[in-house]
Amino acid sequence: MSGALVFAWSGVVLFSLGLFGFIVHRHLLRRLLAFNIMGSGAFLVLVGLAQDGRGIDPVPHAMVITGIVVAVASTALALVVFRRWYRASGRTDLPEDT
Amino acid sequence: MIGFWSVPLLFALPLALGIVSLLAPPAWRARLGLAGLLPLLAASIAVFAHLVLDGPHTYALGNWNAPLGINLAVDGLAAGMVLLTAVVSSLCAIYAWVYLRDQPASSSFFWPLLWFLWAGMNGIWLAEDIFNLYVGLEVMGLAAVGLVALKATPQALAAAMRYLLAALLGSLAYLLGVALLYASYGTLSMAGLQEAATADVTTQVALALIILGLLLKTALFPLHAWLPPAHGGALTPVSALLSALVVKGSFYILLRIWMVLGTEVTPFATAQLLGILGAGAVFYGGWMAWRQHHLKQLVAYSTVAQIGYLFLFFPLVTGTGPEAARLAWDGTLMMLIAHALAKAALFLSAGNLILAVGSAHIGHLVGISRFRPMSLFSFGLAGVSLMGLPPSGGFTGKWLLLNSAILSGQWWWLIVLFLGGLLSAAYIFKVFRMAFREGPQVDHSVTPPLTLDVTALMLAASAILIGLTAHLPLAWLRIGSPFGAG
Amino acid sequence: MDWNSLILFAVLATSLVASAVIFLLAESRVTLRSTINLAAAVLKLLLVLWIIWGVYQNIEYELRFTIIDGVDFILRADALGIMFVGLSSLLWLFTTLYAIGYLEKAPNRSRFFGFFSLCVASTVGIALAGNLFTFLLFYELLTLSTYPLVVHRGTRESLRAGQIYLYYTLGGGALLLFGVVALHVLVGDTEFIPGGSLSGLDPTLYPLLIGIFLMMVIGLGVKAALFPLHAWLPMAMVAPAPVSALLHAVAVVKAGAFGIARVVYDVYGIEFAFSLGLLGPLAVAASITILYGSLRALAQDDLKKRLAFSTISQVSYIILGISLFGPIGTIGGLVHLLHQGLMKITLFFCAGNYAETLGVHKVSELDGAGQRMPATSVAFTLGAFGMIGIPPMAGFISKWYLGIGALEAGMNWVLGVLIVSSLLNAAYFLPILYRIWFRRRERPWCEGKVVGRFETPALLLIPTLATAAFALAAGLFAGMPFSPLYWAQIIVSREYLP
Repeated sequence: MSGALVFAWSGVVLFSLGLFGFIVHRHLLRRLLAFNIMGSGAFLVLVGLAQDGRGIDPVPHAMVITGIVVAVASTALALVVFRRWYRASGRTDLPEDT
Repeated sequence: MIGFWSVPLLFALPLALGIVSLLAPPAWRARLGLAGLLPLLAASIAVFAHLVLDGPHTYALGNWNAPLGINLAVDGLAAGMVLLTAVVSSLCAIYAWVYLRDQPASSSFFWPLLWFLWAGMNGIWLAEDIFNLYVGLEVMGLAAVGLVALKATPQALAAAMRYLLAALLGSLAYLLGVALLYASYGTLSMAGLQEAATADVTTQVALALIILGLLLKTALFPLHAWLPPAHGGALTPVSALLSALVVKGSFYILLRIWMVLGTEVTPFATAQLLGILGAGAVFYGGWMAWRQHHLKQLVAYSTVAQIGYLFLFFPLVTGTGPEAARLAWDGTLMMLIAHALAKAALFLSAGNLILAVGSAHIGHLVGISRFRPMSLFSFGLAGVSLMGLPPSGGFTGKWLLLNSAILSGQWWWLIVLFLGGLLSAAYIFKVFRMAFREGPQVDHSVTPPLTLDVTALMLAASAILIGLTAHLPLAWLRIGSPFGAG
Repeated sequence: MDWNSLILFAVLATSLVASAVIFLLAESRVTLRSTINLAAAVLKLLLVLWIIWGVYQNIEYELRFTIIDGVDFILRADALGIMFVGLSSLLWLFTTLYAIGYLEKAPNRSRFFGFFSLCVASTVGIALAGNLFTFLLFYELLTLSTYPLVVHRGTRESLRAGQIYLYYTLGGGALLLFGVVALHVLVGDTEFIPGGSLSGLDPTLYPLLIGIFLMMVIGLGVKAALFPLHAWLPMAMVAPAPVSALLHAVAVVKAGAFGIARVVYDVYGIEFAFSLGLLGPLAVAASITILYGSLRALAQDDLKKRLAFSTISQVSYIILGISLFGPIGTIGGLVHLLHQGLMKITLFFCAGNYAETLGVHKVSELDGAGQRMPATSVAFTLGAFGMIGIPPMAGFISKWYLGIGALEAGMNWVLGVLIVSSLLNAAYFLPILYRIWFRRRERPWCEGKVVGRFETPALLLIPTLATAAFALAAGLFAGMPFSPLYWAQIIVSREYLP
């Protein structure tokens, strides 16, 4: 296994861990964190796989940077909605969320 | 020429408007928004006219070429969606302008979010590579969540949160699929993928991830749970935008990718499975819509059902003859357009009825036909298209799909179209039964402003008219597609 | 677009535009609404007379534009279509007059007249449709525009009837749609051509063609109230009298029967349909409906319900005539399309007059009505005699041709059906006539309405007498040019000698 594939596989592991957390946890902050872990996993896959034997490729880097921006924006929005939800209902999870 | 140079305006304008309106004092945003509608509508029409006159073309944003630059592809489908977005969004925006007049808090954020939503959608329609599709999807999705959260009730916030979680999960699955495809083929462009694609395991896993993510975002049964609270619980003009256009965004990506990869890479069973899920959506959504007591929830479940029809595209286009595939393409796009127009009209007129009786409960509509005939008439016209009864876009779409199903020998989809039509008649006429029941003899209902009724009626009327002149839009949509001239 | 296609468009537009304008009128604009209604009806009738004259001289009227590739929207006036248009526009005029009188001071009149005009537009569209697609389009529009009229009163009972009506008609419409689509896949756009367009197909497709025929006839049979698809019709009698009169006696049921005629003559072709063996079963279905409707009518005490079951039975005469292979039988069926319309609308008008003026809805309460309302009762008697088939009423002509046609086609048993059904007709109409003319009313009439100079408001009486006179004239002057019989003969000569 080449060095690059190590990154890719750890990306897959991170993604799966994140997905597990996203599904298992009810607390919205935890789910948000899990989402961020999934995101990092996806970025690792992107960078790790692309390095596999093709030399330096700027495209995945551009993609990952864009992806990070998107993830930050999503997290910010999620935090805003979460805070308003918490203020309105006093809950940290979603109702009838079983 | 104007049409060619208008292409970048389709993002630049809404993005600029979004930023300017965020910086502007809240009181100015609505006026600024109304002023911005006109140039954006003009640019959309210019792009469409350019396509019809000069055929498909690609546009390199800022003269930077792919892979690092962004290429935009304008073909019939893309330009058609741009125009559809422009028409529906403009009418919804005019509606919102009146509807939100006495809700300054909602109104001041509605406009910036609308502009970002619009930019995201135009980004999706025009993107030529699968990563820019992702960016467009995210911009659209985040703006849509913001719009749902505008109505600051706990229910709406919970719905927005649920919508956001579903959207995030969906886009990550999509992104992972994109990463795998890029790793295999070293290209992101649709054209490049189409040339290179082979049916190996990586590609199939990537495609599975992409499809799964997009199904979640399109709310296909059984992944639809987030849709009814979000669409039914939002402010009326927002509901209309979401149901008419936003769910189409992820479906559009799926359709594009399927045309590039799906027919080659996926096994026959995948297409059938998508069709079966679509059938499930038609039945379950129709059944649930019929059971609702809340008018907007009924309309929202109707969206779940109507999305199902769109997914009949996949079995009808995969592994069938060219004629059946062309009919499926035409029929699905007709369905898509008709649903966009009719569902926007249905939500807006439902909003008018709710304004009139002051309650969203269907039981409170008793006797309303006497006092608010115009709102009810729009509701009925839109309903005709959703039921697939002639003369309407919904009927023409259904006719084409029926033709395609018979021609490709897949008679089982006929049953879906048959029962789906009857189910939608059941939930539409449920509303009418209430409205026609004789109720109070004195008019207690509020009269909504005329603008609200007129916008709903215009959308409903166009859903009807497009069915009568369908061959023109369908010919334009085929420009640059695998099925047509151009 | 030339004049000849514009005039077709105008025939359709008179009622469409009237409908749109009426929807927008405020409830209180009674005079304006009535004026628009009547002006549109008169204008349409004049245009139709113009076209009838043109069709007589073999002028082609056609309007077409493309909807989707391979499917056109076609309006075309041929002899068969224009006959149905003539019937509906003539009766629209009278029914509008009647409805203006009948619904005086009732609520929701804008909605009523709006949808009423829309119904007439759909009927005209059905009659003028030049291919199956266009036919289907207006056929479904008719369903949609009649629903608000059925539930017009807004009572629980009428809403229930509306629901049943929808179950039947939407289900039937969907079946018809399947048939049409299947045929479209097989042979492309199916235009209505005398003699049909299917006989050249490969014999291996015959089983499929039989299946498609079955689907289409069931889909159309719902509106034509063929047994066992008839249950909606008696229930729909909760609608106001003008609706029962025009829609259920003429427009809706006739649309179904007319559609079957189109499918048999102009899609399959009568000879091809005969060679596929489709006509025999159709004749049997029609005969069963004829007898069943008459038997059920015997047991009804509600006057409108009795008339409704009578309609079920009478409409099947038309279908019986269509399914008799031979020109005479066809003449009998087609001429009955007109005759039955004229006679049945008279009867429904009379029933409405009794109900409005005397508050009488039941047969058993009609004792002595002839003395109180002689003119209405004379009209009713004429209509009833026509239904029984007593010469020289119009109904006699129809039955005569049907009988001869049956003998000519070698289906002698049909004669038996005709005789039994005439006896049954007599059995459920003559007791009504007996009560009206020969029994005496014990108690005074409880009269609801101020009636004015005549026995009932003039707006209710005049249309009743006019349609009765037409029904009488159609029988008396059957041999004259432009009588219904004469026109049916023209159709048949064009249909059998293409």
